[in-house]
Amino acid sequence: MNSKRSQSYPLRRRAVVKELLDRRGDALVVAGLGASAWDVTAAGDDPLNFPLWGAMGGAVPLGLGLALAQPSRRVLVITGDGEMLMGLGSLATVATQRPPNLAIVVLDNERFGETGMQLTHTAGSVALGGIAAASGIPICRTVGDKKGLEAILPQIQKEVGPLFFNIKIRAENLPLVLPPKDGAYLKDRFRLALLGTDAII
Amino acid sequence: MTSLAPETWPQDIYQILVDNHVRQVAYIPDIGHASLIKMCHKSNNMKTVVLTTEEEGVALLAGAWLGGDRGVLLMQSSGVGNCVNMLSLTRTCRMPLLILVTMRGEWREFNPWQVPMGQITNQVLTMAGVLTFTVSHKDRIKETVEAAAKMAFEGPVATAVLISQRILGPKTFGR
Repeated sequence: MNSKRSQSYPLRRRAVVKELLDRRGDALVVAGLGASAWDVTAAGDDPLNFPLWGAMGGAVPLGLGLALAQPSRRVLVITGDGEMLMGLGSLATVATQRPPNLAIVVLDNERFGETGMQLTHTAGSVALGGIAAASGIPICRTVGDKKGLEAILPQIQKEVGPLFFNIKIRAENLPLVLPPKDGAYLKDRFRLALLGTDAII
Repeated sequence: MTSLAPETWPQDIYQILVDNHVRQVAYIPDIGHASLIKMCHKSNNMKTVVLTTEEEGVALLAGAWLGGDRGVLLMQSSGVGNCVNMLSLTRTCRMPLLILVTMRGEWREFNPWQVPMGQITNQVLTMAGVLTFTVSHKDRIKETVEAAAKMAFEGPVATAVLISQRILGPKTFGR
């Protein structure tokens, strides 16, 4: 395990997520719990964001269910390395389903950020992009600098998926920017914005 | 053991899923669900999703509901234990979830490793906020699944039907 290297990675999570979401178009966004949800909210709260406050390991399968339900919309899952590690099996499920509209972005700072910045497995030997690729997700990239990020931004937006991007980001503690936390409200506002009055049962 | 004559209740369940406009069928297989899974695979209106663990299905169907799709989650009783924390998602967000559980470790079980989870399946679901319906006779399966589906999608709430091992017959590995 390398306890220092991610402290000097050049990419900063808030700027990365802002760049992603500034060009989201009509994408539906799912954010994994913790810092990823705060990053997505810092870029601008939106009814078509679904930030998780729990359900660790669930961001990718939730995004998959959404992508299957809404094949004409881009679905973007933004989550962290710790959250992804808890749901690695879902990469196998995504690869098996092959949803063309699903893009997964992992913000990999090699840390469990909300619990004291303990090292995750990606600080050691584990390469999430390799796991995604070996699962059979057709396009998997790992990037760690500005040039790499710029190369993948259009792919995240448009390329036929499923796609998996592991973005190595600096380990840093940032001010919390919290989305609403009432799950029923988050669900209702998302469904209303997406489905209109059909959302009301 | 189950007899060689084909059972009609899997067809009944399939029809209830059709009538309830279920679009996503997530499963970890069980022999008790085998013919239902086959029927769902053949349907043009259902997307079948084989999972690596049952909790994935809870999250998958939450995403489905966000996108306007109804779903069903098929598993055996051992899988219920794998879902516990993920069920917080369904409950906190007040989403529907229909789970059909085939029971193990409950009636003439051959494998003692199935018994601990089989004996607490109903309690675990209840504690997690899932409404449970146990069915011990095959003639009752249709009305029970119908009731659970209605309550899930009209709720919206999580419901589970526990299909007894008395109906399914013991698994004996030929012994």
